[in-house]
Amino acid sequence: MRSFIIGKGRRDMIKLTINGQEQSWDGDPSLSLLWYLRDEVGLTGTKFGCGEALCGACTVHVEGQAARACITAMSDVAGQNIVTIEGLDPNGDHPVQKAWRETNVPQCGYCQTGQIMQAAALLKENPHPSDDEIRDTMSGNICRCGCYQRIQAAIRLAATGA
Amino acid sequence: MYQHIAPRIENVSRRAVLRGLGITAGLVLAAPVMSRRSIAAYATGAGNMPHGTVNDPRVFVAIAPDGIVTIIAHRAEMGTGVRTSLPMIVADEMDADWDRVRVRQAPGDEVKYGNQDTDGSRSTRHYLMPMRQIGAAARMMLEAAAATRWNVPVSEVKAVNHEVVHTGTGRKLGYGELAIDAAKQPVAAVADLRLKDPKDFRYIGKGRVSIVDLHDITTGKAMYGSDTRLPGLKYAVIARPPVVGGKLVSFDAEGALKVSGVEKVIEVQGWPWPSKFQPLGGVAVIARNTGAAIMGREALKIVWDDGPNANYDSVSYRAELEDAARKPGLVVRNNGDPEAALKSADKVVVGEYYIPHLAHVSMESPVATARVTGDKAEVWAPVQSAGGTREDVAKTLGIPIENVTINVTLLGGGFGRKSKCDFALEAVLISKAIGAPVKVQWTREDDIRHDFAHTVSVERIEAGLDKSGKVIAWRHRSVAPTIGSTFSAGATHELPFERGMGLVDLPFDIPNIRCENPEATAHTRIGWFRAVSNIPHAFAIQTMVAEIAQQTGRDPKEMLLELIGPARIVDVASSVKEPWNYGEPLDSYPIDAGRLRRVVELVAEKGNWGRSVPKGHGLGIAAHRSFVSYIATIVEVAVDDKGKLTIPRVDTAIDCGTFVNPERIQSQIEGAAIMGLSLAKYGELTFKNGRAVQGNFDDFPLVRIDEAPLVTNVYIVPAGPDVPPSGVGEPGVPPFAPALCNAIFAATGKRIRSLPIGKQLEGA
Ligand code: FES
Ligand code: FES
Repeated sequence: MRSFIIGKGRRDMIKLTINGQEQSWDGDPSLSLLWYLRDEVGLTGTKFGCGEALCGACTVHVEGQAARACITAMSDVAGQNIVTIEGLDPNGDHPVQKAWRETNVPQCGYCQTGQIMQAAALLKENPHPSDDEIRDTMSGNICRCGCYQRIQAAIRLAATGA
Repeated sequence: MYQHIAPRIENVSRRAVLRGLGITAGLVLAAPVMSRRSIAAYATGAGNMPHGTVNDPRVFVAIAPDGIVTIIAHRAEMGTGVRTSLPMIVADEMDADWDRVRVRQAPGDEVKYGNQDTDGSRSTRHYLMPMRQIGAAARMMLEAAAATRWNVPVSEVKAVNHEVVHTGTGRKLGYGELAIDAAKQPVAAVADLRLKDPKDFRYIGKGRVSIVDLHDITTGKAMYGSDTRLPGLKYAVIARPPVVGGKLVSFDAEGALKVSGVEKVIEVQGWPWPSKFQPLGGVAVIARNTGAAIMGREALKIVWDDGPNANYDSVSYRAELEDAARKPGLVVRNNGDPEAALKSADKVVVGEYYIPHLAHVSMESPVATARVTGDKAEVWAPVQSAGGTREDVAKTLGIPIENVTINVTLLGGGFGRKSKCDFALEAVLISKAIGAPVKVQWTREDDIRHDFAHTVSVERIEAGLDKSGKVIAWRHRSVAPTIGSTFSAGATHELPFERGMGLVDLPFDIPNIRCENPEATAHTRIGWFRAVSNIPHAFAIQTMVAEIAQQTGRDPKEMLLELIGPARIVDVASSVKEPWNYGEPLDSYPIDAGRLRRVVELVAEKGNWGRSVPKGHGLGIAAHRSFVSYIATIVEVAVDDKGKLTIPRVDTAIDCGTFVNPERIQSQIEGAAIMGLSLAKYGELTFKNGRAVQGNFDDFPLVRIDEAPLVTNVYIVPAGPDVPPSGVGEPGVPPFAPALCNAIFAATGKRIRSLPIGKQLEGA
């Protein structure tokens, strides 16, 4: 568990861009991006699963790269560009999202936004991943309901241009 | 036979109307009425559940003048698809067009909607018929309204896809146009309902409808318990007594209050153990966001009194259970004279199995939001038990139940954990204390360390064989702390419902059977976990079958079929102390050895049992009846020279009677294989000095995608409309671990008798 404590000292305003909109934060700079997004901004599509970078539920894109919001401090993302599930595609029609729906991936659905953000980052970097590359990259994202086969199938589908 | 392999393109990709759905002007069938009790064509145990079932269309269906049909989902959605499946039954019977149906989640109100406890794999089995009755009654009201409008006999009109058609003239009226008149029509008596011929079903049994929340889930708009936001909302986490039965002595909040964003630190009331679902108590840190509350909690200084369970230690407890399993215990089933038969047996095969505590770890840890004002309380929470939560909130706050509103959100997984509403009770207590709305968030560590743990058990089976290798005696001792201990102090025996989960309902054709249940004292909160006591019972029994096969040189599948014996209805009631059949009457839901044989034969055929596999691979099989369904699984495993497991293929056959949404049955079985693999490979919650040792996914690992089975095939027995529906959510779990471990034996010669597998295969 992280256990650093920050006093109520004077601090600078942190500015960042979230889904194309400028935001600023003058609270605790050690606050994690996860709770900032969820509780301060109200973007609840990014989920809490473990708080320790062990499950991937909180995956967002920071400067285009998949990142775990739960261990990303606000001070780490000053001036940076954040995309959350709400901003992945204006109509929710990113190829990964479409493939997810066509494959009926979700059960409870709670882990799925993190899975989708991770998969979207994977395909951006590697548009035609092998099955092993898919399994390797996605192994940071836990699904307790066990939708793994469909996650793999959906990523394959998205990669082949569904 | 439904056999889903390729992903299909679904036509439903619209947003569900979960949030902010107010049924707009006009309408409607939804008049406030006294609920009607449903009468099903076949008997179920539904009537024995608190508040039974309701089948009034005016409670469940509303039609707006624009034709949008709103159907109430009154069970909790935790990933099974029930929020789609039950409304889909109504839509099918009323001939509504699914694209013009919206689903609205019912708040907790069992007087109005009937029982809402979403557990026990009961929703479809208890509600298929009431939902059909609701749909049929609504359809007949629409037809009657059209006939009146046209002034023709009702026999000349027919509902077809969201319209009523006059057969003679081809005139049509849409459901929207008929809504207001239809609402004035009387609701037909159950005996007068014209149910559809099942061959005319458009949605039921087809698997063509995606879950209603699919679009919202993939876009981050789906609202889980953790996603509730209210004006002025505060965020809280709680430091709870680390040992069950412990309590707070004192605390120092100074450090916590210095953390930026922390606003208050208060004591939360706890209840003496055992306390059912009441909170454990402790110290709450209230902040402007969850992150600040978590950091504040880390700065608390607390002195606890650990109480009577301070010495709970999983290592010594296991030895206690083993000791108990080696001595006679309470006889809970007896046929013939097993003691004599064991003595005279030519050979006795003995297996002693250990299945540890498990934590539920739903992906969304417990969380609840509450707003208490005066003598009113409103809660937003991912609860499996909306009705029970409402009662418990009312009791805890001492306010009338009518003053309590429970809004049921989506559940980010449940698995039985969210049947216990302690987290919602914490939220109302804190909201009341601080005079503001509050969200109580459990961290993963809170979830694992303060769970209602799945029991821990030692199962010992002795099977006596005659000279020909036939099993003539079976003695099974099951020792495990009971869920009853969460409700009453000093409960030491498994309750009838726990024993009825695979122990005493053994459907084997053996002349001498004895089941015993020696005592075990609980030292932590025990609760039901997906499939409950079926997990240890099935693990022991299905491993034992393979052990007997091994010792007698027979094929494990043939051994299993021999033990199940000929197709017949198995009568266990006469030999069992307090028999239990998942709450269902035996005449509709007998223990049918023929159906169990059939899933074994089906999976063996489809899964190509006995196929030759590469070196280092092995096949294992297991079958089990649970939640009145029948299921058999074959696992192919590959074990490399470092002991690393791969699962190239899983085949599962399920007979769950009449079924509604085969596509979701398949996803439940796929998921059950993953959960079964997780518990077999890693699942172990241990205690030391009274405290749970594990806390997050690093020390309580779950299976990840790179370890998941490569292929899972699901075969659903086409039972036909005359066979009552039975459970789906849970039955997939119990057979997986024994099938896997039997496969491991076939691959390596190493017999796993103690879960989890952990490092047992290293150097095997
Ligand atoms: S919540 Fe961030 S990885 Fe689990
Ligand atoms: S769908 Fe439930 S955790 Fe992944």
